[in-house]
Amino acid sequence: MALLQISEPGQSAAPHQHKLAIGIDLGTTNSLVATVKSGMATVLQDEHGHALLPSVVRYMPDGSVVVGHEAQAQQSHDPANTIASAKRFMGRSLKDIADRAHIPYSFVDSADSSKLLQLQTRAGLKTPVEISADILKTLKARAEKSLGVDGGRGELLGAVITVPAYFDDAQRQATKDAARLAGLNVLRLLNEPTAAAVAYGLDNAAEGTFVIYDLGGGTFDVSILKLTKGVFEVLATNGDSALGGDDFDHRIYCWILDKIRESNSDFTPLGEQDTRLLLTKARQAKEWLTDNHEAQIVCRLSNGSLVDVTLSATQFVELTQQLVLKTLSPTRKAMRDANLTLEEIKGVVLVGGATRMPQVRQAVEDYFKQTPLTNLDPDKVVALGAAIQANALVGNRSDNDLLLLDVTPLSLGLETMGGLVEKIIPRNSTLPVARAQDFTTYKNGQTAMSIQVVQGERELVADCRSLARFELRGIPAMAAGAARIRVTFQVDADGLLSVSAREQTTSIEAHVVVKPSYGLSEDEITQMLKSSFGSAEADKKARMLAEARVNAGAIISAVTIALSHDGDLITAEEKLAIEAEIGALQTLSLSDDAVAINKGVDKLNHATEAFAAARMNASVSRALSGKNLDSINL
Amino acid sequence: MAITLTQTAADRVEKFLANRGKGIGLRLGVKTTGCSGMAYTLEFVDELNAEDTTFESHGVKVIVDPKSLVYIDGTELDFSKEGLNEGFKFNNPNVKDECGCGESFTV
Repeated sequence: MALLQISEPGQSAAPHQHKLAIGIDLGTTNSLVATVKSGMATVLQDEHGHALLPSVVRYMPDGSVVVGHEAQAQQSHDPANTIASAKRFMGRSLKDIADRAHIPYSFVDSADSSKLLQLQTRAGLKTPVEISADILKTLKARAEKSLGVDGGRGELLGAVITVPAYFDDAQRQATKDAARLAGLNVLRLLNEPTAAAVAYGLDNAAEGTFVIYDLGGGTFDVSILKLTKGVFEVLATNGDSALGGDDFDHRIYCWILDKIRESNSDFTPLGEQDTRLLLTKARQAKEWLTDNHEAQIVCRLSNGSLVDVTLSATQFVELTQQLVLKTLSPTRKAMRDANLTLEEIKGVVLVGGATRMPQVRQAVEDYFKQTPLTNLDPDKVVALGAAIQANALVGNRSDNDLLLLDVTPLSLGLETMGGLVEKIIPRNSTLPVARAQDFTTYKNGQTAMSIQVVQGERELVADCRSLARFELRGIPAMAAGAARIRVTFQVDADGLLSVSAREQTTSIEAHVVVKPSYGLSEDEITQMLKSSFGSAEADKKARMLAEARVNAGAIISAVTIALSHDGDLITAEEKLAIEAEIGALQTLSLSDDAVAINKGVDKLNHATEAFAAARMNASVSRALSGKNLDSINL
Repeated sequence: MAITLTQTAADRVEKFLANRGKGIGLRLGVKTTGCSGMAYTLEFVDELNAEDTTFESHGVKVIVDPKSLVYIDGTELDFSKEGLNEGFKFNNPNVKDECGCGESFTV
């Protein structure tokens, strides 16, 4: 006997043709799958009643694959074949992984360093895409059982899979590839904060600006979403890729160690087993303190000594005060990027298990001066939103589809003379976006221009990431500064960047589609943002110096050309004096003193005043010679 | 005769209606499609039609149009769980034969 779900009025499907769709939260630590049944978003559980599937995949000696709790339990026992947190490697190449020493997996060096990385396991080489696909396969099987797909109720039309808002094109593509490998049709990739907002039904609410505060196990993300006429727009994202609930556990763990040291002077460093035991106890204490005033931590270490300490909620708040404060700094930055005041925030949504801690809720409430939304399970809210979106996308809802917009995580620009970056599309521009800017040639008779596309916030190309380089050739020979080259940057709704350059007088054009084989990691994004704030002063100096050098180079080249053409207009002494100034300026250009270089430019300008006047006279008389007065329109 | 809900089914319907935020009840019906001739439909109700019959069971309004009522009168709607799957089940005394899955039937 079939099990039926309730449809919207007039939306009943024919038998065996139910339009089934799921939402998947493919997380770093845990993954979930949800669907809409009888109009209600529900997270699907496995046979044991677990909703969360640990994002851990173990490749077994007999060739089978184990995913979830069972794999997680064997993590320390079989680290090389048990892969956790594969999401951190999605769309990454080996050189993107900075801290390989702390990761127990055997990465495989590829001849092509930009190729996606691979891990050596007993099941052969595995890419993060394949590992994620194994997680998705497990969730898909769970969904098919729960939805009755195997019972012939209908077809699983597809899935909405969530990704962090800052995921770049390569990471999004990798996520899509993983879904395809798992045999899932991706209806859409949805930003995690947007999914959370959808779960709370903010898309049905009045228009307004909302903050999504997502403190997960190991990452913190804050996003600001603006809702206008049913359109979600990500105004800004920020975060800390190395801050999460695990850090709170670690603070308690350190506190326990201090307590042990206090009571035991001949304290020896703990072994791996004891460390894991204490970390588990610390996590349990943290969870207990969410609803209780104190937590008793009792356990026996491998050397036989007994640990028995009591942590009060007040002490816990004091211990972790710095961590809570650390989340507010990216929050402030995001607010600044979005150019918003606190009064403009209509609601705050809490996502991630770590937001259950009362001190986190309190800090968010104090900062935003309003009570955050917490009535949905913070672990499930993203998956629920994805399910609602998936349900709408397969047409089970009479309402119009939600249209979701995205932003560029970092500024996009190009290299100009002197290794400087000219930003064309600023960070946090909403997609799709197109911007154009005119550039010109630097030298007389320049017929080609090399355009380097860069991503980053810094002023110098060397400090940003190069995405692509292409050349515009066939520019007609003109004086420096006469050519008009319009460079257009365009980023489409999928986040793909294309750049075109067009010489306006001749309409010759060159074009490149930037599809990075890898993009910037979240760490790099954070790092680049941080360094741009920290080094603004140094950047300004570097920019001044580069500008002064470019300026000096341009005037030296102009004067040298003029001397070779019209050198006979001035006396030998005057010529020598000018050449001396050119020499002096060339030497100055090699120094790092922008002010001195600029002075040198002024001196050369001054030295050439008489020469310039003589040239002007000569060219006027050349133009006038051989013509009678009538033919000249004065 | 009448259409009834089991207590479990009624609790679920109430929950789903509350979650949906609107709707006056549950519509049961049949459509002439499917591998065995007819198929059940189960929908939320926002508007009543003039010819509809309304039953009430465990506090939930059950609405049926006259054409469907002929085929499903006496039905008890249950909510049950089979493995990981759960949903509503029609216990219809009029059914002579149904397809393997029970989604469509003949009378």
